[in-house]
Parts: sequence; C-alpha cells; structure tokens
Amino acid sequence: MRDLLWLIPLLPLAGFAINGILYLVSHRTHGEAHPGHEVHPAEAKPAPSPTTAEDAPPHASAPSAHVDRHPHVPFKTAHVFVSLATTGLSCLLAFAAIVDWVKAEGLAHAHVVTLATWIPQGMNALRGGGSAAFDVDWAFRLDPLSALMISFVTFVGFLIHVYSVGYMGHEEGFGRFFAYLNLFMFSMLILVLGANFAVMFTGWEGVGLCSYLLIGYYYEKDFAADAGKKAFVVNRIGDLGFALGIFGVFAIFGSLDFGTVFSAAAAHPERFAPYATAICLCLFVGAMGKSAQIPLYVWLPDAMAGPTPVSALIHAATMVTAGVYMVVRCNVFFRLAPDAMNFVAIIGCVTAILAASMALVQNDIKKVLAYSTISQLGYMFLGCGVGAFVGGIFHVFTHAFFKACLFLGSGSVIHAMAGEQDMRKMGGLKEQLPTTRWTYLVSTLAIAGIFPFAGFFSKDEILGETFGHHRVFLWGIAIVAAVMTAFYMFRSYFMTFTGTFRGTDEQKRHLHESPGTMTWPLRLLAVGAALAGFVGIPEVLSAIFGVPHALARWLSPIFPEIPGVAPEAHLTPGTEAALMVFSVTVAVIGIAIAWRFYTGERAFERPRRLAERFPAAYRVLFNKYYVDEAYDAVFVEGLGKGGGRFLWDFDARVVDGFFVHGARNVVLALSWVSSLFDQYVVDGLVNGVAGTLQAGFRGLRHAQTGRVQNYAFVMGGGFLLLVAAYLIWR
Amino acid sequence: MSVTINDYLALSFLIFTIGFVGVLVRRNFLTVLMSIELMLNAVNLNLIAFSRRLSDLTGQIFSVFVITIAAGEAAIGLAIIISLYRQRKTLNVDEADTMEG
Repeated sequence: MRDLLWLIPLLPLAGFAINGILYLVSHRTHGEAHPGHEVHPAEAKPAPSPTTAEDAPPHASAPSAHVDRHPHVPFKTAHVFVSLATTGLSCLLAFAAIVDWVKAEGLAHAHVVTLATWIPQGMNALRGGGSAAFDVDWAFRLDPLSALMISFVTFVGFLIHVYSVGYMGHEEGFGRFFAYLNLFMFSMLILVLGANFAVMFTGWEGVGLCSYLLIGYYYEKDFAADAGKKAFVVNRIGDLGFALGIFGVFAIFGSLDFGTVFSAAAAHPERFAPYATAICLCLFVGAMGKSAQIPLYVWLPDAMAGPTPVSALIHAATMVTAGVYMVVRCNVFFRLAPDAMNFVAIIGCVTAILAASMALVQNDIKKVLAYSTISQLGYMFLGCGVGAFVGGIFHVFTHAFFKACLFLGSGSVIHAMAGEQDMRKMGGLKEQLPTTRWTYLVSTLAIAGIFPFAGFFSKDEILGETFGHHRVFLWGIAIVAAVMTAFYMFRSYFMTFTGTFRGTDEQKRHLHESPGTMTWPLRLLAVGAALAGFVGIPEVLSAIFGVPHALARWLSPIFPEIPGVAPEAHLTPGTEAALMVFSVTVAVIGIAIAWRFYTGERAFERPRRLAERFPAAYRVLFNKYYVDEAYDAVFVEGLGKGGGRFLWDFDARVVDGFFVHGARNVVLALSWVSSLFDQYVVDGLVNGVAGTLQAGFRGLRHAQTGRVQNYAFVMGGGFLLLVAAYLIWR
Repeated sequence: MSVTINDYLALSFLIFTIGFVGVLVRRNFLTVLMSIELMLNAVNLNLIAFSRRLSDLTGQIFSVFVITIAAGEAAIGLAIIISLYRQRKTLNVDEADTMEG
C-alpha cells in the first residue's frame, strides 16, 4: 500500500482533468443554447467585500434575479461524484499508506517512491573542483513530517470539498470551481510529498497558481481579479528567494534530494555552516511570501475575495502553512544558522503582533479571520525561530482544524445573510444558526488558547519554548498578541451571534441554518478543534493524563542530531505550569474585555468612546498602518512611473503627516510600534528607492534608444568581446 | 584541388557577416529581414558542412528545423512590416523608436 504513494496526489489530478473537461464541454454547448448566458455574473451569494456589495450588478434585485440565483448546473452530480470520490479516496489511501509504512518500516526509515526520472543528467554543478550531475526524479517521500501533513491536508481538504457542494451549489461555475479545487489538492500533495527540492518547488508553484485561479474565481469583478494578480505577484517575490535558496543547496551539495542533502549537512556541519545563513535567509524569503509574513503579507487579506471554502482550505488551513512546512523540513540548515533563526523568530513575532492589532478593528468577518491567520502564522514562525520546530508544526496542525472551522462557520453565516459580510449588520444569529454558533464558539475558544481546546496546547508550547530559550522580550510581545487574539476573536463571536439583529428585515427573513453538507464538516472540524491538541500534551500535564507528547515522539526522526549543536533546553515543570496558567489567564482577560465591550445593553459604546479618544491610533489601525498605500506608492506608482518627485511628495505628505499624528499619541504602545515600522521600513524604502532610482537610472535612460539596430550592435559587439576574451585568456 | 571544410566555413562566415552587417546598417525593414534570412542560411551551410565532415546526420536534421523556423520568422516579420507600414506609412527602422526611454 505504501508503494501507491504516488496515487495520493494523482487522484485529485484525475479529478481535475475530468471536472475540467466536463465543464468545458457543458459550458460550450450551454453557451450556444443560451447566447450571452456565459457573461452573467453567477453569484447572488458572496459579495466578497462590503465596499463593493453596494455596486453589485443591478439585475441582482431585478425580477429575473430568481433565474440568476439558481442557474442550471450541467453535470452537477458528475462533478460532485468525481471530486468527492477522488479526494475521499486519496484521503483513505493516505491513511492506509501511513499505517502500512509505520508497520512495515517504522518511523525512522523514510519511504521513498520514485515514479520516473524527470531531469536525467542535466547540467553539472562545479564544487570544489569536481562536479555533480543535476539528476532529478519524480520521487515522493513518506516520513513523519509528510505523513502528518498529508493526513490533515487530505482530511480537511475532503471536508471542505463536501462543504463546497452545499456552499457553491447555486453557482454557474460549479464545475470550474471543483476542477480548480482538485488541482489545488494535487499541487499541495505534491508539495508535501516531494522527495526533493525540485518536486517540492513544482507543488509550491502549483498551489500558487491555484490560489490565483481561485481568488479570481469571480473574475467578472475587478477587485477579485486584482486580488488574484496581487497574490500572484507578491508570491513571485518570495519564490525568487526560494529558487535562489534551492540553487544554493545544489551548488553546495550537488543534489536536491532531501535525504542526501540533510544527512550530508548533519554529518559535516563544519563544511556547510559558512553558507547556512545565506541559504536559510533565501529559503525563508520564499516562506515569507507563501506564508504571508511581513513585509509580504499584503496579499492574504485581499485573497478573501475568493469564495469562502477557498479561504478556508487554501488561505488558512493548508497552502499558507507551506512556508512553515518548508522551514521545518529544512530544520537541519536552520539549526546551523543561528542568525537566520533569530531573523525568523523576529519576523514571526512582529507579524503576530501587527496582524493581531490590525484584526482588532476590522468589521468584515472574513477580514478578521484573514488577519488572525497571518498572526497565527507569525506564531508558527516564532516557534520555528526559537528552535521549537515541533511546536511550529503542531500549531500548523491544530490551526488547520480550528481556522478551517472558523472560516467555514463564517461562510455559513454569510450564506444565511445572503452575502453580507459586515459584522455590524449581524447580531443574535445564535437563534437561527445553532450548529454554526456552537462550532464557531468551540473554534474561537481553541484559537484563544483556552484549556483544553487544541489551540491551548500548540500555542502554549510555542510560548513556553520562547520563554525557555530566554527570549523574554519576544515572549512578552507574543503574550500581548495572545490577549489581542482572544479579544478580536470573541469580538467577532459576540458581534455575530449575540445581542440583537442589526440587519434589514429582508435579511432577517432570509436567515436559516445551512444544509447538512455544510453543517457536518463544521461539526467534524469542531471536534478536531476541540481534541487535536491532545496529540501534543506538555510534560507537566502528561504526568496527570498519563500520556506522553505523542507528536514530539512521532516527529523525532526528522530532527537528526548535529554534532556541535546543543539539543533543546527544557523548562522546569514549575515554570512550565506557571507560564501555562499565565497564558490562559491573559486569554481570559482578552475574552472578558470583548464581553464588556460587545455584549449587554451598552454594547459598542465603550469601543466607540475609545476610538474617539484616540482617533489617530484608531485610524492607523483601521487603515492597516497604511502599508498597502505605501506599497502602492513606492512599488506601483513610484517604480511604474519613475517619478522621484512623487516619492518625495508622498514622503512629505503621507509619511511625515502620519508620523506627526502617531507621535501625538506616544502613550499608546501600538502607535509606538507603528512609528518604528514607519521610520525604518517605510521611510527607508521611500528614501532609498527614490535616491537610487534618480541617481542610477538617469544615465541608463539614454542607453534605451528604442532602435533595434542599436541593440543588435551592442549585442554583436558584446559577443565579439566575449569571444576575444575567451581566445586571449582561455 | 578539392573543396575542403575550410572553404565551406569561409563562405559561411562571409555570408553571415554580410547578413549581420546588413542587419546593423540597412534602414529598410525589408532589407533587414532579408539580411536575417542570410544569417540563418549561413548557419545552415555551416551545419551541413560539419554534418558531411563528421558523417553525423544531426546537423542536417537541425538545418531542416532552422528552415522551418525561418519560414515562420518570415511570415511573422512580414506581418509586422505590413502593420507597421499601415501605422507609420514608412519602412524606415529608425522611425520605429516608440520604446525610447
């Protein structure tokens, strides 16, 4: 069974092919039968952003709306059957393969299945006088890490497929959606099962493509198409870093195979250590793009323009955690590069607090969850950065359950609200949506880190390890972020499910619990959100429960011992218990604040007063630190139009103005953080880019004559020079 | 006196140089296109000469590919020339400098 490993990703690929062909066939005949039908904007449902909900197409409320709301979906049963069968089978196969492998070979032996040769004896790498052939296979690797990943990727993926059957049921592009979703499953499984960097990179790019396709699913709408492009472009920046890292690995080891590379690095750390920092930083840039870390996180909030199941599967549970997976996979490199580890920890920590602070004031239910995802990813990298790789991957695992459940819950709410995403117009939904409410509550408790829900165990492990590695400052920031997490998640819960309904009467009549295909995945994920934490019980509690930290034991084979690198320090049981109590206490404080602010008769009054007292701070948070605007000005307007003067204007008006406003409220720690960010990142970027552009490109402009013959002349001359140089110095 | 490979190479080099200089100095788009054609055929001559000399058919097969590509290149080049002429009423390459920085 374990030799059928290659079938796990290939089944969804077959599903993609069948769904895609069926969709193309039906779409063509359909279009001929009803001319003009294919351009109608299919969705009466998700109007993915509150700003654009108002300028929805006029015919949505026209008498013909009924036809638009329930368009005929050709081959619907076939689409459902194909996509559910392929992902379901691949899930079963994954579990069967894992069981078979553990029984037959044991955890310590990774099982590698080579399907075919991909690049036979390609170019050679020069290293130390000798050379190595660039030899890449289509090979899949089953080891504790990939086993963990495929188990939850296929399981959560299958549940979200089931959910989508209900959620996307009235969409005209039903078949297209499932084709993309299956293609995503294929790419993601390639990513985590790949036995070398090249196969992993294939999956890495594949999930990026599917993310782009699915964010832009409502491609008739400009903001969805733009969001897709933004995600794609920002991810390319990260992928450049990742590719450079892979080149570096090949240049030094002469191989891309995980087994070869990591055992070589672990066996001869002294030979590799000098290059480790550079390679790790390059690899981490890739992780920053895919996993939405500062400064490349800007695409993830916009990615909420896609359908909600996509947000749950791709932009919360699986794809965005690929960066963490990659860092943990390369843990041997990272452990040899303490500087890179520090960088990872600091980026993770800053991302966690900044994203959490942005989530505090969002009113769009999906935006809250998006910033919360960025913040949780920050936690995972903080864990990896301080050396708690198990903690990082543990949080990936638990996060997949509770965040998928939260997103699907929000989808169920949006479904009931007929596309409304603004939490200010919700309230009191617990009456009409009991299942959604309970599952949302369980997941909210999990993400807030309340014992004994899943988030408690994984987050506490990361916090404990951070403290244990004497990163008290980072630990402090992470604790503040934990308070914020508890606050904004319960804020969203209270605003949505308690109090009185604040929407229109028409919306109120429309309220209904979602069908079974949507509630059952919610229930199962909520069970996961409640119980998934018990695979990693901390030392203090394992004495009480009598169960050890199963996950650490399971993952131990992927952390080979490196001579000269000290094993992890351990906390004393007393400290560990104290930290645990402390982090639960602060989470409860966050929940209590949310309860005071957003429930009861005087709900919303306190936050409004607070916003009025600190208008500048509120505005800065509400506008997400103006990062999008800054990027737009620097990279889009600035580089696009080359206007150095514009950059200086931007600097003088927006940045300085913003800085002065921020300084007025130094009492607020948040403003302090944002001004630091502004001073070093935004200002530095603006001044640096402007100066470099003006100085460097003034001369270069004249070389650009626009005449092909000049270019040909330079090219020919250069070629002659190269030949001459070769003849002289060969 | 028999014809050796050096003669072929000299001829090929000559044609290639004529073609390359033509590309660089001529101002008429059609002439430039014909010069590119010359360069491609010089390469073909070279390939076939070596193919004969080394008794290896790869070179000849390669030259067939080059001819195919050249046909495509001529088709696209002429299409570009026609649309350029329609826009600018000229075939002078120096006038096509919209991309100047």
